[in-house]
Amino acid sequence: MPSNSNSNHRDVDYVFRVGGEGGEGVISTGEMLTQTLARAGYDIYTFRTYPAEIKGGHANYQVRASGKVLLSYGAAVDVLLAFNQEAYDKHIGDVRAGGVVLYDSDSFTAAARESLIYYPVPLTSLATEKIGVKLTKNIVALGVLGQLFDIPLPTFEHLLKERFGRKGETVVQKNLQALHVGAEYIAHQRKQDAILLGPGPRQTKSLILSGNESLCLGAIAVGCRVYAGYPITPASDIMEFLAKELPKLGGFVVQTEDEIAAIGAVLGASFAGAKAMTATSGPGFSLMTEMMGLGVVAEIPAVIVNVQRVGPSTGMPTKTEQGDLYLACYGGHGNCPRIVMALTSVEDCFYGIMRAFNMAEQFQLPVVVLSDASLGHRKATVPVPDLSRVPVIERRKPSLEELVNYKRYQYTPEHVSPMSVPGVSGGGYIAEGLEHDETGYPAASNHENHLRATNKRYGKFHAVEQMANELTRIYGEPHPEIGIIGWGSTEGVIREAVQLAQEKGYSVGALHPKILYPQPLAKLTEFLQGTKAVIIPEVNYSGQFATLLRKRFAYDFVQLNKCIGLPFTPKEILDKIEEVAAHVHSGRRSSAYAAKL
Amino acid sequence: MSTAVDAQAPTPQSYKTDEHPIWCPGCGDFGVLDSLYKSLAGAKVDPKNLVVVSGIGCSGRTPGFIKSYGFHSVHGRVLPVALGVKLANPSLTVIGVGGDGDGFAIGGGHIPHAARRNMDMTYIIMDNSTYGLTKGQYSPTSPVGFQAGSTPYGNIEQPLNPIAMLISYGASFVGQGYSGKPRELADLISRAMAHPGFAFVNVISPCITFYNTYKAIPPRLTELPADHDPSDQAKAFALALHTDRLPLGVFYQSRRPTFEEGVAEVIKKAQASGRPRLEEIFAEFS
Repeated sequence: MPSNSNSNHRDVDYVFRVGGEGGEGVISTGEMLTQTLARAGYDIYTFRTYPAEIKGGHANYQVRASGKVLLSYGAAVDVLLAFNQEAYDKHIGDVRAGGVVLYDSDSFTAAARESLIYYPVPLTSLATEKIGVKLTKNIVALGVLGQLFDIPLPTFEHLLKERFGRKGETVVQKNLQALHVGAEYIAHQRKQDAILLGPGPRQTKSLILSGNESLCLGAIAVGCRVYAGYPITPASDIMEFLAKELPKLGGFVVQTEDEIAAIGAVLGASFAGAKAMTATSGPGFSLMTEMMGLGVVAEIPAVIVNVQRVGPSTGMPTKTEQGDLYLACYGGHGNCPRIVMALTSVEDCFYGIMRAFNMAEQFQLPVVVLSDASLGHRKATVPVPDLSRVPVIERRKPSLEELVNYKRYQYTPEHVSPMSVPGVSGGGYIAEGLEHDETGYPAASNHENHLRATNKRYGKFHAVEQMANELTRIYGEPHPEIGIIGWGSTEGVIREAVQLAQEKGYSVGALHPKILYPQPLAKLTEFLQGTKAVIIPEVNYSGQFATLLRKRFAYDFVQLNKCIGLPFTPKEILDKIEEVAAHVHSGRRSSAYAAKL
Repeated sequence: MSTAVDAQAPTPQSYKTDEHPIWCPGCGDFGVLDSLYKSLAGAKVDPKNLVVVSGIGCSGRTPGFIKSYGFHSVHGRVLPVALGVKLANPSLTVIGVGGDGDGFAIGGGHIPHAARRNMDMTYIIMDNSTYGLTKGQYSPTSPVGFQAGSTPYGNIEQPLNPIAMLISYGASFVGQGYSGKPRELADLISRAMAHPGFAFVNVISPCITFYNTYKAIPPRLTELPADHDPSDQAKAFALALHTDRLPLGVFYQSRRPTFEEGVAEVIKKAQASGRPRLEEIFAEFS
């Protein structure tokens, strides 16, 4: 095998995809490859789809590895590892010209395409004959990948020891053996491709996290100690993560009988002084809306995470969508100001959830945090978190003077009142879902009081909107001809599309707020001025954010909607930029053009 | 709030707030509230450590009448909110109050799970077999034939049996009282509050306005047999099935680990090798 010492590792940028039968280790093979690439010093960005079935169905896992910071899961596939015919048929069209196909020649024989390089490897028989365990075919495949592309084998070995250590020495040895069986097999074949990685360029310590894992670490860091939830794809792993970690810190996770109970327990725990959260997906979030209103009117800090999936109803439980924005902003009855945030990257999941808790505490209301299946379940390399970036904020407690004739819902200039907790003498009050006066006393028939109290609750938005402006990011040109407005998990892919468009000479820039409700109106106004067209890409059907913005701005936004349960690729956004730019430059852009889209 | 509660020698009166109950004169809930005041005084509960959680219905306003921390939540969700309070601070005394609609209809799905978890709290249902606050519709405990706004031709559904239900769900304390016997009721609530675990008290509490049972109930009331052993679950269940009579007292009681004790055990297990620093948790993902 040739060494990779001469190539520039910063130029490494490859997409690997593994496909096969669900439940046969496809996902864990992808994960091990990912972890090894990350530990070898590369930036990684994964994407996975998995069937709704537990066993069977098609599963695939993709990892992009690069010497530079990655913003999207990439475009064409450089290396496809197919365990069966179905995986081959499904993905072969995505492999770039000159790309590599590795496949299990015991399972099928690929009808070779001329533009591609093929390595048929008898993965199953190598596993059964040399190791005696069929499932080690996954590890044999990793050995093949490691040897063929110079992904350091010692890094794989280290990982296998870690991963299988608890199962005993025999299991570890069998896996190490399988790795080397794969490596030796391919070492005797002629290398036909030019893909070589070697050690990556990154020296600094980083973590390998999924969006959901990053969110959990942030929640722990900001002081969340109570979690209540109900299992639901793609949010269950948040509950499982915290169930393991919170008790170590003196906290606890309770799996409730439904999502209504989950948010009820969160409100009860927060009322009693703990930082508490729940995480769910669309169906569970729908159930929570009544309780969210209670949190608003009783002014209780709470964090509600919605890892969005395709809806409505059961929809496509394992697929991604940005379809719950309307519900997050407007779900529930009455005039009901809550904060809605959207997480933008795996790293942002950490700091974003910290900010969500901070805002819940500072403004004493529920904060809805939108993630989605593509973000929650993809892995990325993230610098070790710097806690000083988001100082922890605690709720305002009553002073001793305020505890004399204590008024829980006292009117204050900032519209936030001192919040007592059980155990404090003189601080007793009723957390009240009926409309109430400053003391918490029900005032369900006092018409003027309702306006005063509603003003108080909405009054918090002045300060939140200021934060929304501060937490809005701009990429590319700050005053572009073609603007893009995105939200949530599309941040990276939009940034990459903007870079590509700028390289092609387009005047383009993107605005990406982290707080979606209330909206960062000052930042949006400033950004829109001078633009000739603005594209709003969303992974949904109707353009939910575009609709919210049309209520605020008389602007003829161009929607770009993707509604097939998959995230955008940079090219899809780039194509739209070029198409819109062509219309702008031809002077043909008109409202008719926008309406057609 | 009026006079402070003397933590050393509290009186039932001292738990009263300035808020006058909104209930109709003659409502059974007055009897429940008076009994509760007595039990709180008997147990010398410090109001600062007392949380009263309610849902929606005539019973929903109860927290406002008791010196304490209160949580007037939404319809049917008393038990989830109480669970959260207990998770955050297990040392608090938590009393949940609700009606037969709040508890057995809209909130019925939470009861088996509260019974299973066995958090250390008292759950009092003021059972008047009607929806008083919405003007008298039939409830889960209304009898067959009950005629009201939503059942103009008479109720065709069999009423549920709260005592049998709670015993079969595995609640560790199940008792029944009557609002018209406040002394006995206070005694029952005191025993429920002293019980470590989920203590359920069904109180027959007539609605004078929409379903006046003040004449019909007393002849059906009876004592549990003198030799009844409350630890005998099967016997307790059998007694609960005789619904022509309404025995008062403790049907069933057993001591098993509470939710809070379970939580403490889990935390101890998780912290067996010490409490990790944040950096150590991060390091698991490198």
